[in-house]
Amino acid sequence: MDFKDYKGVWVFIEEKDGEIPSVSLELLGAGRKLADKRGVELAGILIGNSIKHLTKKVFEYGADTVYVYDQPIFKHYRTESFMKALLECSNKYKPEIILFGATSTGKDLASAVATDMPTGLTADTTELDVEEDTGLLLASRPAFGGNIMATILCKKYRPQMATVRAKVMKALSPEPGRTGKVIEESVSLKEDDIRTKVLEIVKETTKKVRIDEADIIVAGGKGLGSAEGFQLVHQLADALGGAVGASRDVVEAGWIEHHHQVGQTGVTVTPKIYFAIGISGAIQHIVGMKNSSLIIAINKDSEAPIFQSCHYGIVGDAFEIVPMLIEQFQNALSRKEVSHVGKV
Amino acid sequence: MLHIVACIKQVPDTKIIKMNPKTNTMDRRTAPAILNPYDAHAVEEAVRLREKYGGTVSVLTMGPPPAVKAIKKCIEIGADEGYLITDRRFAGADTLATSYALTKALEKISKTKPVDLVICGKMTIDGDTGQVGPGIARRLDIPPLTSVNKVVEINKREGYAVVHRKLEDGYEVVQSALPCLMSVEKTINEVPYSPFPNMLKAARYEPHIWSVDDLEDIDIKQLGLKGSPTIVSKVWAPPKPEGGTIIEGSSQQQVEHLLSVLLEKKELFQAKEGV
Repeated sequence: MDFKDYKGVWVFIEEKDGEIPSVSLELLGAGRKLADKRGVELAGILIGNSIKHLTKKVFEYGADTVYVYDQPIFKHYRTESFMKALLECSNKYKPEIILFGATSTGKDLASAVATDMPTGLTADTTELDVEEDTGLLLASRPAFGGNIMATILCKKYRPQMATVRAKVMKALSPEPGRTGKVIEESVSLKEDDIRTKVLEIVKETTKKVRIDEADIIVAGGKGLGSAEGFQLVHQLADALGGAVGASRDVVEAGWIEHHHQVGQTGVTVTPKIYFAIGISGAIQHIVGMKNSSLIIAINKDSEAPIFQSCHYGIVGDAFEIVPMLIEQFQNALSRKEVSHVGKV
Repeated sequence: MLHIVACIKQVPDTKIIKMNPKTNTMDRRTAPAILNPYDAHAVEEAVRLREKYGGTVSVLTMGPPPAVKAIKKCIEIGADEGYLITDRRFAGADTLATSYALTKALEKISKTKPVDLVICGKMTIDGDTGQVGPGIARRLDIPPLTSVNKVVEINKREGYAVVHRKLEDGYEVVQSALPCLMSVEKTINEVPYSPFPNMLKAARYEPHIWSVDDLEDIDIKQLGLKGSPTIVSKVWAPPKPEGGTIIEGSSQQQVEHLLSVLLEKKELFQAKEGV
């Protein structure tokens, strides 16, 4: 394998209901930095059905080139069809790096493609860098259950591949009118060649709060002691009009469902206010919330690592502090709303 | 009659494990070895499918000899047979080398009893990648079905399975040819306490144990550290962020201070209250 043949940074662009999800735009931002450092092109690879119009956005967010596979067979994501397109394209144009969002689609596709290449794949990366002269990708992620960070390298194979967490990298501000080269490709693949069929797509209509979209999150950890103790988190979230988050321990203990989990193996969040109550602050949790605008930690243990990652910390008993806070917060709000009645 | 093979792993309990702050390595003595929690759901699902359709559940793992304990745990859940592949030459494998070794063992297992379904947990709690399952599927050239949170139907006679795959905002119903590989979400089932007869069986059970030499057509270069394209170059504790202001004082003073911080962002609350 001659590494000189491999050039450029690629981002797999996801498409969902005719839109590009933000994780792909964030990866274009991250990929741009890597490409600039190496002095190479940044390309997006876009696979779908009737998706050509999306190339415009890929350029505006930083790509120089977009490879497009626009065929009816790509109407739904399926591992076998998407994998074929990506493998053919990569074998033909030989990028040195391919980045995928660490979404269910991105992880599924990257795992399959890396096996067939074969090449190394780093999962759930939270930091990316590249060696300027060698093009070696430095992909870092929390390891060993999030107790420590590890930098993973793939020295002997190209392309190097990584899946990257959503909301960790920053998208560039779009540059209207920015454009580039569109390279249209296609695969010869018949429906019968694919062994899976999507029969139906069901959107869950329950009003589950999606914590990755909430402005205010109140998250609780094992320090609350029990499922009953965890109710405190719900009470504060209700009072503030926020969503409920949780540490991994709490989810594994069954106090709340998995879609509330913040962290490496849960959701990455960037709310305007993040409360961490009774959360010790393992790296696995911190990587999922550290970009929140205002982080407030309440914990009994003054040594808890969470106090290194918050803007304001209170060392104290949440069961004393939080009920007081709820009461005084509600008083303060109602003072504003009914100010003509005077102080409550 | 189905033959289902669940691929499982024994892992250190990463919730309990302590890191050595000087060397940044895991102090394995501090962590008990357990069956990867996600894999318990995979085995449970395999057992439920066997109850429904009839057949055999085998479990397969790669690891050091004490991994027999994880296999016994699977027998407690209800598996029929267990296979451990263990050899120093497997050590240090990343996801690519792991999927290779497990595939070679699966090929051997299916020689005596063809496999209809391979089932894996979503990921392991020590690796956190979820890459081995799809890797095995590609190597066996069977369809990988990831994020499965419900198995609707397995129809061996017609040669297909129907499952729900969890998506970010719902799920999709997928039909796949058999054999296939599923990696399952924790939400797919609840693992009940093991019935007593299973515990008895597990206590006495001795799994099949194979070394590299017991596997056929195996390329040693693709095993273990040597066969792993990825390497860990550096393990580090992230630089400690500066940390914030610790609010001191009595509880009342702390709450008042915190309240003033919150009310600086009052536009957030007014929007929410909508009064």
